[in-house]
Amino acid sequence: MMCNQMQATIEQRTRDNTLAETAEWTTRITPHRGWLDWRLNQLWRYRDLISLFVWRDFVSAYKQTVLGPVWHIIQPLLTTLMFTLVFSRVARLPTNGAPPFLFYLIGTVAWTYFANNLTKTSGTFVNNAHLLGKVYFHRLVIPISVAISNLVTFGIQLGIFLVALLLYRLSGHGGQITGWIFLTPVLLLILAGYGLGGGIIVSALTTRYRDLANLVGFGVQLFMYATPVIYPASAVPEHYQWLIKLNPLSSIMEGFRLGFLGVGTLSVPQLGASIGGMILILLVGIMLFTHVERTFMDTV
Amino acid sequence: MSTVISVENVSKSYRLGMIGGATLKEDFSRWWAATRGKSDPLAKVDVAERARKIGEEFWALREVSFEVKSGEVLGVVGRNGAGKSTLLKILSQVTAPTSGEIKIRGRIASLLEVGTGFHPELSGRDNILLNGAILGMTRAEIRRKFDEIVAFSEIEEFIDTPVKRYSSGMYVRLAFAVAAHLEPEILIIDEVLAVGDTQFQRKCVGKMGEVSQEGRTVLFVSHNLTVVASLCDRAIFLEGGRKLMEGAPEHVIATYVNSGSELLGEVTWDVSDGRARSDRLRLLGTRILCRDQITADVQIDGSITIQYDFEVLKDGLSVTSSIHLLDKHNACVFVSGPPSQTLPAGRYQHSCIFPPNLLNDGMYSISIFLLIDTTVHDVVIHNAISFMVHETEEREEFLGQVIGCVRPKLEWIEKGLNGAAKFRG
Repeated sequence: MMCNQMQATIEQRTRDNTLAETAEWTTRITPHRGWLDWRLNQLWRYRDLISLFVWRDFVSAYKQTVLGPVWHIIQPLLTTLMFTLVFSRVARLPTNGAPPFLFYLIGTVAWTYFANNLTKTSGTFVNNAHLLGKVYFHRLVIPISVAISNLVTFGIQLGIFLVALLLYRLSGHGGQITGWIFLTPVLLLILAGYGLGGGIIVSALTTRYRDLANLVGFGVQLFMYATPVIYPASAVPEHYQWLIKLNPLSSIMEGFRLGFLGVGTLSVPQLGASIGGMILILLVGIMLFTHVERTFMDTV
Repeated sequence: MSTVISVENVSKSYRLGMIGGATLKEDFSRWWAATRGKSDPLAKVDVAERARKIGEEFWALREVSFEVKSGEVLGVVGRNGAGKSTLLKILSQVTAPTSGEIKIRGRIASLLEVGTGFHPELSGRDNILLNGAILGMTRAEIRRKFDEIVAFSEIEEFIDTPVKRYSSGMYVRLAFAVAAHLEPEILIIDEVLAVGDTQFQRKCVGKMGEVSQEGRTVLFVSHNLTVVASLCDRAIFLEGGRKLMEGAPEHVIATYVNSGSELLGEVTWDVSDGRARSDRLRLLGTRILCRDQITADVQIDGSITIQYDFEVLKDGLSVTSSIHLLDKHNACVFVSGPPSQTLPAGRYQHSCIFPPNLLNDGMYSISIFLLIDTTVHDVVIHNAISFMVHETEEREEFLGQVIGCVRPKLEWIEKGLNGAAKFRG
């Protein structure tokens, strides 16, 4: 009897032990991970880190500068002034009847958001090697926080544009907000997607090919001239129109101007194609990024 | 107790010669040559030769397996390049293994370096927040522990100063304070105790002991064998990427200390070696003995014998020898030698015995002088042989590095003086 009872206790114990042994492992570290094993759900756990990175970028960027965040305003204003002078006064490019200053300003502000996303995320691995080599957190935290930081900059710069627009309206110099303005969040999302997607593709490739880091800077600059940022799509000659149509960012720039200035052309299929392209580039980007992320420390 | 970390046959290889440096052009020309069936145009002959010999791969870890139970403190010891850091990097998910699998149960935080992600322009306060989040704490957790962290770091007055204005000591104190207040189920620590002044180190070790007593699992890599002996329940010994031993810390440490290091316990000189001879005297060889064994790794509580053999080539010389004991900074700790004697030609041996508990732990080296007429330096070999003193005993109170070139055990007397006060009154 006694013996049986003991037997039972032992069995019970063994069962408890095996239960504990088989309880879910929280982390498995394996040599290879599927191309589609992105673990995006982890990003939620790191939301505090994302917000702190955004805050750090913003606070630290202008420490020990005299003008501080005013630089966010000076940059687009000076660029726009220069564009107005060169492209409107000297080259006499058309702006579809919109005030040139506003036309260039909205273009610059929107393009800057895309360009910043692309250039700043393209160095994710190389620039953060010291950090990524010491601690694990979901690596996408860095590019995502960059995109959000840039959104803050965009917000400030858009504010400048709205002030300028108001001044133009009050003085009766035109500028017309249309219903398309409600498309802005979608347009921003597309810009962010392209910037981020392109940026993380470059960041993944630069762990092996440092050459690309050099390409990104002036590549973005050249790409701006291939995109209707400082000229309307309609000003492009007929036999080059296909180039404009092929560029997924053309419709985005046109969309911004349509919303904020009431000039431009935007077709829904074109916008749809842009969204499709963005999803594709993001998928490829995340795939490459997760693939490189696991071993980049051995090559950087 | 359940297993919280299970490491199964983990290996990691690095490709030699391929680290960084690749450009698109090189890869492209390799690919172009390969598709046309030609040999790699960029492979240098000697590189190809070496590649064949060593397979172009370096195995930092080879089939390492072990388990860590919940609440256990596991120490990892091994020399530089043994694979300790690689193991910690794989466990921290900083890099992926080449083969094998690791399973982990519970939240894991790793401290491979204190102050990771500190931003120089931000204040101490801001950096606590940032660093905490990087190490895996949530904002709410950090806020809850903020005061504790600041108090632990002892830099209350500078908490709103940018950390770039901090002294290195303050920086490290703040960084460790954040790390010490992490509350993961599993903590991985790499050598963080090698920071700060002695007093702060003591505090850190104390905190580590606390952490392990709270029942958290700790994986701990250190060169400080005293700390491993005092804090760990179990230890593993890595050498050349393989796990050589696993078991009770004192056994593992003893094996580690006695296993051959890069230091040689014995050095000999050829007849033809001009440095070791003159036309009158010749030094043959020197060795270090501890517990009757020739070894360059000696234990602090054992007596150490420095022995050297020499040959007198001419009769009737007044010969003696002396040694200089040098510390790791090449400063002379002391000089010692026997009285001089007139010796006929032949071979002789001098031995000098250091009593136990004379030297501190660390590296020492010996310079040997053969002299004629007590003052003429006839044969001199600087840094003839080096040895490492290891401290392996468990210590009760202070676990940090003890400073000083010697660490003798001296007699101390304590006397109550309260009686004397009464007498005066």
